[in-house]
Amino acid sequence: MKIRIKFAKQGTMKFIGHLDVMRYFQKAMRRADVDIRYSEGFSPHQIMSFASPLGVGLTSVGEYMDIEVHSTDSSAEMERRLNEAMVEGFQVLSWRRLPDEAGNAMSLVDAADYTVRFRESCRPEDAAGFFSGLEAFSAQDSIPIVKKTKKGEREMDLKPLIYQLRAEDGEEPRAFMRISAGSSDNVKPELVLETYCRAAGREWNPLAFEIQREELYAPGFVPLEEMGEIIE
Amino acid sequence: MRKLALSDEILLSIDKPARYIGGEVNSVMKDPSQVDIRFAMCFPDVYEISMSHLGIQILYDMFNRREDVWCERVFSPWVDLDRVMREKKIPLFALESQDPVKEFDFLGITLQYEMSYTNILQVLDLSGIPLHACDRTEEDPIVIGGGPCAYNPEPLADFFDVFYIGEGETLYDRIFDLYKENKANGGSRREFLEKVAELPGMYVPAFYEVAYREDGTIASFAPVNPHAKAVITKELVMDMDTAPYIRKPVVPFIKVTQDRVVLEIMRGCIRGCRFCQAGSVYRPLREHSLEYLKDYAVQMLKSTGHEEISLSSLSSSDYSQLEGLVNFLMEEYHGKGVNISLPSLRIDAFSLDVMSKIQDVKKSSLTFAPEAGSQRLRDVINKGLTEESILTGAADAFKGGWNRVKLYFMVGLPTETVEDIEGIALLSEKVAETYYDTVPKAERHGKVQVVASSSFFVPKPFTPFQWARMCTKEEFLEKAYTVKNKFREMKNYKSLKYNWHEADLTVLEGVLARGDRKVAAVIEEAYKNGALYDSWSEYFKNEIWMQAFDTCGLSIAFYTTRERSLDEIFPWDFIDCGVSKNFLKREWENAGRAQVTPNCRQKCSGCGAMRFKGGVCFENKN
Repeated sequence: MKIRIKFAKQGTMKFIGHLDVMRYFQKAMRRADVDIRYSEGFSPHQIMSFASPLGVGLTSVGEYMDIEVHSTDSSAEMERRLNEAMVEGFQVLSWRRLPDEAGNAMSLVDAADYTVRFRESCRPEDAAGFFSGLEAFSAQDSIPIVKKTKKGEREMDLKPLIYQLRAEDGEEPRAFMRISAGSSDNVKPELVLETYCRAAGREWNPLAFEIQREELYAPGFVPLEEMGEIIE
Repeated sequence: MRKLALSDEILLSIDKPARYIGGEVNSVMKDPSQVDIRFAMCFPDVYEISMSHLGIQILYDMFNRREDVWCERVFSPWVDLDRVMREKKIPLFALESQDPVKEFDFLGITLQYEMSYTNILQVLDLSGIPLHACDRTEEDPIVIGGGPCAYNPEPLADFFDVFYIGEGETLYDRIFDLYKENKANGGSRREFLEKVAELPGMYVPAFYEVAYREDGTIASFAPVNPHAKAVITKELVMDMDTAPYIRKPVVPFIKVTQDRVVLEIMRGCIRGCRFCQAGSVYRPLREHSLEYLKDYAVQMLKSTGHEEISLSSLSSSDYSQLEGLVNFLMEEYHGKGVNISLPSLRIDAFSLDVMSKIQDVKKSSLTFAPEAGSQRLRDVINKGLTEESILTGAADAFKGGWNRVKLYFMVGLPTETVEDIEGIALLSEKVAETYYDTVPKAERHGKVQVVASSSFFVPKPFTPFQWARMCTKEEFLEKAYTVKNKFREMKNYKSLKYNWHEADLTVLEGVLARGDRKVAAVIEEAYKNGALYDSWSEYFKNEIWMQAFDTCGLSIAFYTTRERSLDEIFPWDFIDCGVSKNFLKREWENAGRAQVTPNCRQKCSGCGAMRFKGGVCFENKN
């Protein structure tokens, strides 16, 4: 039976790279006594796949992985057991059963939400002004960029891959973006920020921002979590 | 949320930031205001190596069982962070609390290999603790060293307040109680050290004085403080089943060398190989009971979620309940995503049977450690492995589907001749021939691969070879080329591979292993000129060390190639490791005659360890 798990990765855990997150969850499954399925063969591994790797340095409240299990307790009980096996910074947010025919999260990812703020040590005085320029930037007819690929450089238009981009209200100046994600047109939030910085004639410092992934979506902006049902 | 000692900007600009953030599964957090003693446990190497070490995990678990102690970890920052910390004057911190090490009550440093000595100075230096014990004040932590290299602590004597000689499980509780008592009474650092010096196994180097002869050897070595003992007897665990082991090993986020549960099945070894320091200083052999090991295996796998458990000892085949333990683990865990690994096994029918059940034969290679190329030289070193048993084991393995074999040798052993080392190539050839004789052509999975590796021999304290002359770098390399050339003559040359270790590093290891107090100045000089991570060949800078010997006016040859007389006072002679100097002398003479000494289970040879009243010395005697 297929299970989709949503989890958060925050605080100091942002320094743990994607491969190590996978290893962490493999061990967590055993600590929590999850009845997970193993692949066949001489060196069996857990059937587990992650929706979309998160870069080192980013936090997230919208991470997903799919696993297969032989049996499960209620969603609430499984969430409790896994959370007992977590360390500070990782939190399991939901455990839901997927229909048997459901595609895996990795192949479904289509868009992602991010919020962006300045790291305290790098916050300029006009931080709010910086973010308020985003709307005009994204309202342009096209945003040509040069994307570096394995084969060389390729010119492309960023505009159709940005679904929303704006400053957000709140005490601390911050921005919200909803951008394309997944295997075909994956956009990193850093790329959007870098392009904006360059267009605004500002220095690009990748360490200046704190970025948090808020949600991952299947086509039609359906949060991945909603494709599964809660087990009572 | 925990606050880190390093800023995001620093952590995101260095390699593997997870080395420095703590917060791993089973790392222990406490409220500093609720404990009396803060202990920083240090392994002076990079995180991945340090976290693979069993000893500090045992003590970490044991110390943290006490409510009044918080034991945390601190490791050597890698070279990239080292640079940043010096530049920005960031003090070295412990992983759990992220607090500066200098604020701790104790800094415990494990001494696992000689080439980590400059990293010890790095840890002290980055912590802001004076390098020399004599310069430390009431504000500084007590710096305490332990581990195998503490059996010759003299090259490090200047840098440590105390050395704990022997196994850590037995006396730390008393040390902590003394510390609290001394603090409550307003006692000074010196008063505490005097109390510690009265405990068995504790060596406070400041309380001893050494006088040298004109030729540089030791004339006398004696305590100059009434609290210090003339002879220090090692501490050891005698009741292995009441000794604490690890219940909750810390689980690193990043992949470390030992990424598995490690279950220590016994301590000590019955074999008596004459080159082996561990085989001497951990005598007598003491086993854990099957029930103890089952209990801890289950607890540790459950608390970590590791997918592998490895049995650890000097020679696992000598564990009397091995079959029962392996069967238990296979029944409980095989097919449940938990692998079992069995290093240090003698290759025989039983071990091959077990390994073929638990490992992917196609992926794994088999390891034999003949250590020397000829039977004569194997008798000299008392390695009780015959050519026949190696070839029989290899034949059985080849029949079982293996086709890769690793052979470990040492080069530069006492009494060694050209024939002895050419034997390395001849034995490797015979192993290859065994494959072609045993496995019919139709059943072969390609060629056999025999990889022979040799390290250069370093004489170590408390072994019968402590009197031995060590080779020069040139002699080592010449020997390695001799072996390499012999390999070229072999018929199955294309199935054989030979490689050898670095000679520069070995020579230096030789100096530090049998060094005296004078060597401390060389270590410090080399460190100040940039020596660090010497055990990492890409960072080892031999010229810095050579320059340091020059500057300090010390001769390498004095420590390595010099012939030592039987009545010389060695820098480590004040330590009693249980094995008597007379026994070692006898063994040194037996070695010269290529005379084999039986192992502890065959016959007691009177090494002296029987006075600890336990272990193998009393097996079947109740």
